[in-house]
Amino acid sequence: MNNKILKYTWQGLLFIFLSLVIIGAYLYAPLAKGLGEFTRVMYFHVPVAWVTVVAFFLGAFYSVLYLRKRNILFDYYAEAASQLGIIFCLLATVTGALWAKESWGAYWNWDPRQTSIFILLLIYGAYFSLRSAVEVEETKARLSAVYSILAFVTVPFFIFIIPRVYESLHPDPLINQEAKMKMDAKMLTVFLSSLGGFTIVFFWMMHLKKSLIRIKMNFQKLVNQEN
Amino acid sequence: MNWMITFCILHELKHRKVIMQLLVQNIEKAFSGKQILKNISFEINKGESVALTGHNGSGKTTLIRILCGLSRADKGTVRFTQNGNIIEPEMFKNHFSLVGPYLQLYDELTAFENLNFVAGLKSIKEPSAKIFSLIAQVGLKGRAHDPVKAYSSGMKQRLKYAFALMSTPDILFLDEPTSNLDKDGVAKVYEIMKKQKEGKILIFATNDEQDLALADKVVQIDA
Amino acid sequence: MRNSLTIFRKDFKQELRSKAAINSILLFAVVTLTAVSFSIGNFSISDDILAAMLWIIILFSSMSGFSHVFLKEEEANTADTLKLIAGPTDILLGKFLFNLVLLAAVLIIVTPLYVGVFNFEVKNFPLFLVTVALGAFGLSAAGTIVAALIAKASSRGALFSVMAFPILLPVLILGISATRIAFKSESLDILVPEIQALFAYCVIVSTAAIMLFDFIWND
Repeated sequence: MNNKILKYTWQGLLFIFLSLVIIGAYLYAPLAKGLGEFTRVMYFHVPVAWVTVVAFFLGAFYSVLYLRKRNILFDYYAEAASQLGIIFCLLATVTGALWAKESWGAYWNWDPRQTSIFILLLIYGAYFSLRSAVEVEETKARLSAVYSILAFVTVPFFIFIIPRVYESLHPDPLINQEAKMKMDAKMLTVFLSSLGGFTIVFFWMMHLKKSLIRIKMNFQKLVNQEN
Repeated sequence: MNWMITFCILHELKHRKVIMQLLVQNIEKAFSGKQILKNISFEINKGESVALTGHNGSGKTTLIRILCGLSRADKGTVRFTQNGNIIEPEMFKNHFSLVGPYLQLYDELTAFENLNFVAGLKSIKEPSAKIFSLIAQVGLKGRAHDPVKAYSSGMKQRLKYAFALMSTPDILFLDEPTSNLDKDGVAKVYEIMKKQKEGKILIFATNDEQDLALADKVVQIDA
Repeated sequence: MRNSLTIFRKDFKQELRSKAAINSILLFAVVTLTAVSFSIGNFSISDDILAAMLWIIILFSSMSGFSHVFLKEEEANTADTLKLIAGPTDILLGKFLFNLVLLAAVLIIVTPLYVGVFNFEVKNFPLFLVTVALGAFGLSAAGTIVAALIAKASSRGALFSVMAFPILLPVLILGISATRIAFKSESLDILVPEIQALFAYCVIVSTAAIMLFDFIWND
């Protein structure tokens, strides 16, 4: 009973916190010079893109775990992380395209970071088409784990090396070396809160998916025992 | 503690003078939740032959694949010991050979080239002499330079025996040893099987009464 | 290493008799080259586009031929035979070598043809050579491991292209960028950042391939 109250309390707090982030993004934070009203996309676009990367890493992490422990549970976890990842990846692509239209004049420019997020989308697509092409569960788990590790190894090339080769149009709000875009304290507060909030939401979703997987597996075990 | 256990095991091994043994313990395997093999345990020593029998779908092939290292068991161990040394599962392929309907040879290559390929991988010295003697042994003399594509299924089965024997295996695994063979072929295979179990180990899966006569032990597999 | 050469020789001999892979990859390369050349006609195009076109031809022809090397073992039921006589690393290296030689053979024919058909001059020839060589290495390494993956899948269809594309894309991007420099710049400098990145890609992907192949190959 106590547990339940605790659960609802933090869920309620998270709701209030994220609501405040939304309100803050529209009313509290000032606009950046040159970006105008479209500054506000940043508070949602960047956290969503960040969560995509977190989900991708988590998927690769569970894949490694599966290959080491050979427990099918970890394969389901990796799949769950990728399923969430693809949703956030789509959101990041769409919000990014909207922002790009407004500030650079076109929805799509093949900017290095746009390319990276698009490649993540391709990798997720390949990952799920591989999963649907393999019937035996253990083989499916093994092959998709290998693929997600392989993809994980090549992704740094898109994120770190290609932007050095091609010039980026992206502002660098986090790694602010040349101070291309200055964030004042208010903006930073909203931005970091949003980043934290989205990360918590992601891990909460992941937690729900994991519980669901465990329930399904226990149910399957019971069914097998019945037979 | 650990070294004491190790010592005891080593001592036991020395004491029993295990020359060649395959120890199979509690093998279990399930496919997509369906239990195929359960609690399979047996032991084979040098000079013995074991037949695995069971109705179709009982898991004979699955068990053979696990024993020779092609598949992985969910539970249980397969331990191969030679002269008191435990051989690592990764090294099984240096000691085992398998003839089975799911192992095919290279169609585009000739019989000689197929055998020469094994010879190259296993670093066999003077491969030609061995290849021709094996080809004669399985009754394919004169066909060594024909591509395998042109072989009948019986001839292919004979060639598979030559292929498996190229590496002089310590354990010879046979899955349905006499399938596709004519009378002469069956006789030749029985000869090979007898020879194998004399100094080494022979394991085969079959439901044929005639084949079973060659087994010292029969392991019944029924899930 | 000796064993991988033995496997390479076996594959090479098989290929000489069936010619399945070389036919598909070489014909693909020549057909796309013709299509590109035909559709451009007499219009003059910039070095930037020329570099991009060349790499698109290379990427897609390699994708059309690479999957063969493991698929044929799986389809002829010889994969288990091979598994019982050779170690996984030897097998991977042998197959990689085969794909590399296959792609090299195609490149030796197609690249001069490309330069000839479009009638242009490669200004920094050493850089161009290094780019193509490293690119071929990277494509073969990544392509071979993806080929091993899809050979184990039950329904393959267009799976190879779908899965290989994101993995091979860094080679395409870096290759185009380096080739662009080679077509334009007068200096004979080889160590441009693209080449360093391509080299890093080759090292990382081959290491990952060797480490991961065990998991694909063994049940």
